[in-house]
Amino acid sequence: MKTCLVVDDSRVIRKVARRILEDLGLEVAEAADGMEAMAWCRTEMPDAILLDWNMPLMDGLEFLRQLRQAPDGDQPVVVFCTVENDIEHIALALETGADEYIMKPFDGDILQVKLAEAGVYP
Amino acid sequence: MRPEDAEVIRLVVHSRSGVTIDPHKTYSIESHLAPIARREGFAGIEELVQDLRARRDDKLMWAVTEALTQGETGFYRDRAPFDRFRDEMLPALAARRGRPARIWSAACSTGQEVYSLCMAIDEMAGELPIPQIELLGSDLAERRLEKAQSGLYTQFEVQRGLPIRQLVRHFEKVDDLWRISARIREMVRWRRVNLLADLRPLGQFDVIFCRYVVGYLDPALRGRVLDQMARALADDGWLVLGEDESPVGVTDTLQPVPGWPGAFAKNPAHRAAA
Repeated sequence: MKTCLVVDDSRVIRKVARRILEDLGLEVAEAADGMEAMAWCRTEMPDAILLDWNMPLMDGLEFLRQLRQAPDGDQPVVVFCTVENDIEHIALALETGADEYIMKPFDGDILQVKLAEAGVYP
Repeated sequence: MRPEDAEVIRLVVHSRSGVTIDPHKTYSIESHLAPIARREGFAGIEELVQDLRARRDDKLMWAVTEALTQGETGFYRDRAPFDRFRDEMLPALAARRGRPARIWSAACSTGQEVYSLCMAIDEMAGELPIPQIELLGSDLAERRLEKAQSGLYTQFEVQRGLPIRQLVRHFEKVDDLWRISARIREMVRWRRVNLLADLRPLGQFDVIFCRYVVGYLDPALRGRVLDQMARALADDGWLVLGEDESPVGVTDTLQPVPGWPGAFAKNPAHRAAA
């Protein structure tokens, strides 16, 4: 079973995402900010990461930078999931190593399609 | 909604588009009609139907037909037919030199299908000697064509099937909406076409995408529409239908293309007749 790490400082968003991802047959882990997510990844790289942008301690972009430099950090598929919805943010995320990008609000269909686009979900 | 009112609506839609709607699905009919009733200044759906009965106003009947034939659509719907278009059909078209390729998105709704074809062509333009390509987007509904032509989509619409890199490459943000580039928009010509009408004036096409249309038509009309599609195909052209849609058992003017699910070619026996 593939694992997906959900990184978001909102407990509600994590809960919503968890329900959708589990329905898609993924195993879900949660982190509330980039630091926590990084600690998780150092222990075990997930197959996919759903990543918020604005979070306390370490934001999504900084996490992504550190992840891509870490050993095996090129492995996980990273899908940003954020309210930032301008071209500049999207382009910066892609340059930094994101595979796909979701603009909030999202629903189950969008999440499924984007994960499929990124090759996580058939 | 009263059953006799639902029946009036069913008849109006059927006579204009050939599309069958289930008169028992009153909830669905009501939800599509409510905006029309509001827009046209009726107190409610009952008043709208009353007016339809009394005046038989053509414009209003078309407004009702347009509202009830709105299907689901999205960029790269089902993905595989668009990959096949890009990886198999376009190279084949590029090899047929000497004439411009003509491509038709029939019942293109709000344009996502034909723009997906445009983006596929654009993607291959650097690698293939792409011939001159004419793209036609057609729909029954003027309103849907207007939206298609504007190239404007909501954030929700651009996240249904469109890879993020293509969004960045081909779209710009206009307030809360996303607009596909002028370069892509200018690739397409638009025309209001009723598939029940005589299609011969449109000429012949190398590729026709007509997805999730035939399945909604009155079964008695499917053969006629498919035969017209066959006639509108070049001898070496392809018709692409939706999943689970097929001319097999309906008409023998078309036959499946081996190895390409959903794609159909003209039956050679009927070529001379075209």
